[in-house]
Amino acid sequence: MKKQNTFIVGLAVLVAVCVAFWLLLVAPMYTGNEINMTRGVSSLAATHYDLHMIILWICVVIGILVFTAMFISIVLHRKSRGHEAAQFSHSTKAEIAWTVIPVLILIAMAIPATKALVEMESPSGTEMTVKVIGFQWKWKYEYLEDDIEFVSTLASDSNAARQLGSGIDPTTVDNYLLAVDKPLVLPVGRKIKFLITADDVIHAWWVPAFGWKRDAVPGFINEAWVKIDEPGTYRGQCAELCGKDHGFMPIVVEAVSQEDYDAWVQTQTAAGVAAAEDAERTWDFEELMDRGESVYASQCATCHQPDGEGLGEAFPALAGSEVATGPLNEHIRVVLEGREGTAMQGFGELLTPSDIAAALTYTRNAFGNGTGDLIQPSDIAGINKG
Amino acid sequence: MSSITGEDVTIGHDDAHGHDDHDHKPEGFLARWVFTTNHKDIGTLYLVFALLMFFIGGSMAMVIRAELFMPGLQLVEPDFFNQMTTMHALIMVFGAVMPAWVGFANWMIPLMVGAPDMALPRMNNWSFWILPFAFTMLLSTLFMDSGGPAAGWTLYPPLSLQTGDSFAFVVFSVHMMGISSIMGAINIIATILNMRAPGMTLLRMPLFVWTWLITAYLLIAVMPVLAGAVTMLLTDHFFGTSFFNAAGGGDPVMFQHIFWFFGHPEVYIMILPAFGVVSEILPTFSRKPLFGYAAMVYATASIAFLSFIVWAHHMFTVGMPLEGELFFMYATMLIAVPTGVKVFNWVSTMWKGSMTFETPMLFAIGFVVLFTIGGLSGLMLAITASDLQYHDTYFVVAHFHYVLVPGAVFTLMAGAYYWLPKWSGNMYSERWGKIHFWLSTISVNVLFFPQHYLGLAGMPRRIPDYAPQFADFNMWSSLGGFAFGASQLIFVGVVIHCVFFSKVKATARVWEGAKGLEWTVPSPAPHHTFTHPPTVTASMVAHGEDH
Ligand code: HEM
Ligand SMILES: [Cu+2]
Ligand SMILES: [Cu+2]
Repeated sequence: MKKQNTFIVGLAVLVAVCVAFWLLLVAPMYTGNEINMTRGVSSLAATHYDLHMIILWICVVIGILVFTAMFISIVLHRKSRGHEAAQFSHSTKAEIAWTVIPVLILIAMAIPATKALVEMESPSGTEMTVKVIGFQWKWKYEYLEDDIEFVSTLASDSNAARQLGSGIDPTTVDNYLLAVDKPLVLPVGRKIKFLITADDVIHAWWVPAFGWKRDAVPGFINEAWVKIDEPGTYRGQCAELCGKDHGFMPIVVEAVSQEDYDAWVQTQTAAGVAAAEDAERTWDFEELMDRGESVYASQCATCHQPDGEGLGEAFPALAGSEVATGPLNEHIRVVLEGREGTAMQGFGELLTPSDIAAALTYTRNAFGNGTGDLIQPSDIAGINKG
Repeated sequence: MSSITGEDVTIGHDDAHGHDDHDHKPEGFLARWVFTTNHKDIGTLYLVFALLMFFIGGSMAMVIRAELFMPGLQLVEPDFFNQMTTMHALIMVFGAVMPAWVGFANWMIPLMVGAPDMALPRMNNWSFWILPFAFTMLLSTLFMDSGGPAAGWTLYPPLSLQTGDSFAFVVFSVHMMGISSIMGAINIIATILNMRAPGMTLLRMPLFVWTWLITAYLLIAVMPVLAGAVTMLLTDHFFGTSFFNAAGGGDPVMFQHIFWFFGHPEVYIMILPAFGVVSEILPTFSRKPLFGYAAMVYATASIAFLSFIVWAHHMFTVGMPLEGELFFMYATMLIAVPTGVKVFNWVSTMWKGSMTFETPMLFAIGFVVLFTIGGLSGLMLAITASDLQYHDTYFVVAHFHYVLVPGAVFTLMAGAYYWLPKWSGNMYSERWGKIHFWLSTISVNVLFFPQHYLGLAGMPRRIPDYAPQFADFNMWSSLGGFAFGASQLIFVGVVIHCVFFSKVKATARVWEGAKGLEWTVPSPAPHHTFTHPPTVTASMVAHGEDH
């Protein structure tokens, strides 16, 4: 009678605990939301996903056993049911068992975990290299073999919508916060090495579909690799707090076939030639102001604000500022080299001479600064080299 | 002195006790609270201070959850959002959880080991009174031109070095907190090692005393490390050194190693006393000795030891050599063994007991279940390869909140309900205590469980705005957060009612199954207790006969 009672309670509790786990871990899938790690599109991502699932299920089984035992006890061994307390206080056998068995389980976990890690840390035999450089708050990509480089920032429609009180509904924006102006284009089926570093503070480059993230640390170069299995667009974000716009420096990878990639490389090389020509010719004032306005909006406004009034002490105003209305050389130097120990980065490496000349001309004339100065790309190119 | 005969006798006291008016409490507010050297009053100060900080840190969490309620920025600028996350964590860790445990230590350790007070009462006064200054200074940075710290509680350079002049205040307040903690720890060690009553051998000490003894050693070992780390930040920021500046020959990753050498033991500083409290409460309400007392002590000691050799599991993505990553993975996985022993022993303590479910017991059971969930997600995070996905996402946020909120905070609540009758002499309202428990337990899971999904689905942590695909679970989480925050107001109501208005007087023993010296003094515990040491025998302690 007593025995049977225990058995039935045990079974009922076990079922209840399993239902609870199902409600927590499986049922939410039916809300139409993603609730689990992606399997990704590379062998590394798949390995990490499988490993995650193995460990998760081991944890679930352990959880079910522990909670079942506990709740059986809570149901049966209560004073209100007249249960008398036993007085045992230890059991060497049990304690040895629940020290040794977990050790064995951990060893079983450690084997696939070690294998996965060894695979991750083997970037040998890569066929092309992309250098990734984190800046506050954008990514710069350099294709070492193809001699292409560009900067990738948050797409302008997301950027407009994400301003405090913008009044724009994020759901109406295409891939809100996960879209960029220029995606990283990569070929599928080739083992690609990434060299990851940063210019100012620590960032982390993370595309979940590739299966890993790596910190971008100033002064260090980290390695990682991927071989993308399927063409597609893969989105990620910076994963290390890097200042106020940490949430606004997404990563978009466009994975394409080798032919499409080669074609893309051609267009980029042509664009590079055009940019070089731009830097040589002489621009007129209107042209510089137009270009400057858009450069300012995408590169400068996040800190110095669209109206040039800045944001407190940390992000000074440009309107009427000593630098933006003072000696030209000092202004150029600050923009090219940045200010140590502040969020003001050096744009010398980020923007073309034409963009910098345009932004300088714009800030020296907009916001009531009205210096009347006109800066040519060739002025900048000269300084940047010297 | 009298020997110990039966239940409910007042042991080792002189006659004056049991009557409040003969308590020799100092007269006047200043003398009683500001100049106090009494372990009970200082304990109360710590606890009240911690509760205040809990609500200040909690209101920052409400700001965070309100901004994350839906996609788009509605309430605060990103920089202020980062100040909120940074301050929330600093206040909760250093202002709420740690001082609350020191408050418990002050109140209970002398009562549990049969000592008349803490070993170093004047230092005790100091170690408390430093804190209000430290936190006023820290909070004042929010009102400075350059704003509060916004680089996360981990203060990673180079980002933290971009903080304006307020950074100096942050560093000095961390120094002060560290001094306070170290003094508290020295005091606790001195009390436990020197002031135990005759017969209170080390292996008869209540588990709460054991866990605090080990915690105190952790504090002394790691707080100076933190102080060193922030001092190097200070000189890098203001005096042109380059400890962490790569351009000057320094190493930003070095800071992370130093920080987590402090930081991982720090998480055990917050949770070991919780293990102790649960190990007191479960036997009381199961009316059964603690299962595996000796194993519990050794497990605590092994966790403390291991906590020094796992720090880099917070840095798996930073770019370490394979061998390093493997070492830290294996070491971290090992922590699961002693942690498992604890959980199994708690369940075995309940097994075949005669349980009742008063509020302290409910919180303790809630702890065992929810802490186990946090421990299991910790085990998942230990697996380096998959941590390359989990790291710095909401999955980690869920993990550490499970171990800290239904972990440390629930046990603080459990302990408060458990000893409140002893402290105040009155019973609290059991009905409201239970309401507090159930509302907290339901809301804390609505708050934190969906964050596991968010992290796995790819939402990074420390962001003020997110892609619309994360909207549903963020809204759930925020609703849970508001409910959890509001539920804690009930606790304040229960405490105020209990201390000032409750008509139900507590007996000395308070709980039918309670064992241990603290239950042999009257309730409320008189201002001075154990001025003559009691003699302790094995049958008086909660875990029963000697091992
Ligand atoms: C079985 C025991 C535990 C294991 C194996 C474990 C493992 C880990 C790991 C590997 C991480 C790093 C995750 C990442 O950033 O990618 C982590 C983070 C964290 N854990 Fe645990 N943990 C355990 C228990 C605890 C306990 C008891 C506490 C505190 C009471 C705690 C508090 C934290 C905190 C605060 C963080 C995040 C720190 C930060 O990045 O700000 N953990 N844990
Ligand atoms: Cu970032
Ligand atoms: Cu840790």
